Amino acid sequence: MAADASSEKTPVTVLTGYLGAGKTTLLNRILSEPHGKKYAVIVNEFGEIGIDNDLVVGADEEVFEMNNGCVCCTVRGDLIRILEGLMKRKGKFDAIIVETTGLADPAPVAQTFFIDEEVGRKARLDAVVTVADAKWLTERLKDAPEAKNQIAFADVILLNKTDLVSRDELDEVEGRIRGINPYARVIRTTKCDVPLDAVLDKGAFDLDRILSIEPAFLEADDHAHDHHHHGHGHDHHHHHEHGPDCGCGHDHAAGEDHGHKHHDHGHGEHSHGGLKHYHDETMQSVAFEIPGDVDANKFMPWVNNLAQTEGQNFLRWKGILAFAGEPRRFVFQGVHMILDGDLQREWRPDEKRRSKIVFIGKELDEAKLRQGFEACAA
Amino acid sequence: MSMPSDAGYPSLVDRTRPVEAGAYVIAAAFVGEAAAFALGDGGVLFVGEGGETRIAAHEGGVLVAAAAGNELVTGGDDGRVLRFRGVGEPEALGEVGGGWIDAVAIGADGAVAWSSGKRVYARDGKGEVRTTEAPSAVRGLAFAPKGYQVAAARYGGVSLWFPRVDAAPKELAWKGSHIDVTFSPDGRFVVTTMQENALHGWRMADGAHMRMSGYPGKVRSVDWTNDGKALATAGADAAILWPFQAKDGPMGKSPKELGVRPARVSRVACHPRAAVVALGYEDGCVLMVRISDGAEILGRNPGEGGPVTALAWDSAGARLAFGTEDGAAGVVALPAD
Repeated sequence: MAADASSEKTPVTVLTGYLGAGKTTLLNRILSEPHGKKYAVIVNEFGEIGIDNDLVVGADEEVFEMNNGCVCCTVRGDLIRILEGLMKRKGKFDAIIVETTGLADPAPVAQTFFIDEEVGRKARLDAVVTVADAKWLTERLKDAPEAKNQIAFADVILLNKTDLVSRDELDEVEGRIRGINPYARVIRTTKCDVPLDAVLDKGAFDLDRILSIEPAFLEADDHAHDHHHHGHGHDHHHHHEHGPDCGCGHDHAAGEDHGHKHHDHGHGEHSHGGLKHYHDETMQSVAFEIPGDVDANKFMPWVNNLAQTEGQNFLRWKGILAFAGEPRRFVFQGVHMILDGDLQREWRPDEKRRSKIVFIGKELDEAKLRQGFEACAA
Repeated sequence: MSMPSDAGYPSLVDRTRPVEAGAYVIAAAFVGEAAAFALGDGGVLFVGEGGETRIAAHEGGVLVAAAAGNELVTGGDDGRVLRFRGVGEPEALGEVGGGWIDAVAIGADGAVAWSSGKRVYARDGKGEVRTTEAPSAVRGLAFAPKGYQVAAARYGGVSLWFPRVDAAPKELAWKGSHIDVTFSPDGRFVVTTMQENALHGWRMADGAHMRMSGYPGKVRSVDWTNDGKALATAGADAAILWPFQAKDGPMGKSPKELGVRPARVSRVACHPRAAVVALGYEDGCVLMVRISDGAEILGRNPGEGGPVTALAWDSAGARLAFGTEDGAAGVVALPAD
């Protein structure tokens, strides 16, 4: 795959979130900040977006199946049409924001950027940002599969309306988010008050910017996370301990806070700082690591076959691999059956060559996935 | 790899009048004596003997345009549909509130159709506008060569609508998303371009399906040859011409490839009188190719300006107008013979 000038492509941020979580608040916040940028905004309802100078376009969320015999290869037809129209006005805006309805599945939106060649050539998916209502998310995760999809799919989650719940409730709901998607960055907000760089220009789908795939709370950064809240340091080993009969919402609490800080990123997957860990019955994440190289000739057929046979259940998957005999890191990311992968930078001398993959998805057969991956070891 | 240039082809490059369009060229047309370029910045630029005239037509941008019989119809993101029959102020044909115009088509006797989302409008020569709603958002429109009938391409197939008849449109169903639509000049076939890299066709007499695939890219430009016997298509590193003269159309037949180059064809425009097709490529090159033997004449060298996005002959076939994504344009004059 040739390195294309992704910086020349218009970045597209997708805002999702269940009804009433605060998507429009976030949108208005983004648009009203004095950033000097112009946005084209694709919305489903012309609600309370009252910002001059920005182009607001109505969409109708038409989800199209592709005629390739793959049921999960869906795209948003309206988005293709609108993006095509917007791209005829080059230079009139700097970035695009797509607001989806509360019931939308983010997958067709994301897949549009990978399936439609014309869209993919002009625009790049930057990140999926999900706004979650701190008070109601726990309920919605029980009764609304859409809400669960939106959490599972997200790169950034704004846990919003934190002023309406107690600290314990907040920890609980964040625990539930982590149980589904430990890789998203969770930011606690009251009125979606986040610095824009926390939600924009994340490059979450940019292979060159996938530097590590550790659970987000282990990564050192200065995001607006509540530092009194100690991370849920379950990792993939921990994860494996849950049996299939592990009930949804069952508390796998590992004990007290023990001072895990967000900045000690060096602990890597060995830290078990965890507080509450919830295992979601239907939506999980699993991660596997081989402490060395994999054989590309085994790995590539395996991963491609996996995309074909089980991609339907994988909402997001990623990997950073050390291929035997290859000085560069191989990085891939996938959305359902669509995979995007490339050789990235070289492994640094101070870096241990290792191979890791993660899956966020429905009804993951962890044992089978692990077995398949481990069989790729070089 | 050396790109084909003047050296490789007989060339008309020195007979080209370059035009600085300055914005994405949505469509080219000839309106009267002047070449017209509908632009992504909302303007329409006329280039004639008297010089250049730029009209601010749409607020925002022109999104779609159709040209036929010395007129140009534009649809914009301001929801307006305009018709230019000469250099100067256009005639406002219609307006939809709060939506973009997604498709326009020109019919016989002054008829025009347009769509916004699912809503389709047809305006006859007397100015009477009728409307209908398609099952999903419409991407392409075409008038049948005979009778007052409109085809609307959308997800799941084509709706065939008689605007004067108060009956539900007839559906031509085929799974997938259909984008552009065209009738064969004899009215025997309807063909769509698809979201997949393929065309789909229906024989009107019995609804028989024909699938034309094998393209490396999406086909976003098609045109019937002057004799109506073949459909020239973009979407490959050559123009692909499907034969339609037989009863079964292209079924079981191989298409002809013309103008093979190391770049994808983005636009095709068939000469109105001769068996010649003009091809615009994604690298900016323009070729004119004789269908019988594939002989090629260069109209524009590959180069700056991005992919060719617009290509049109004048009614005599004496001039070819082109435009590109980054706003380069020009008019190539053929030598009088």
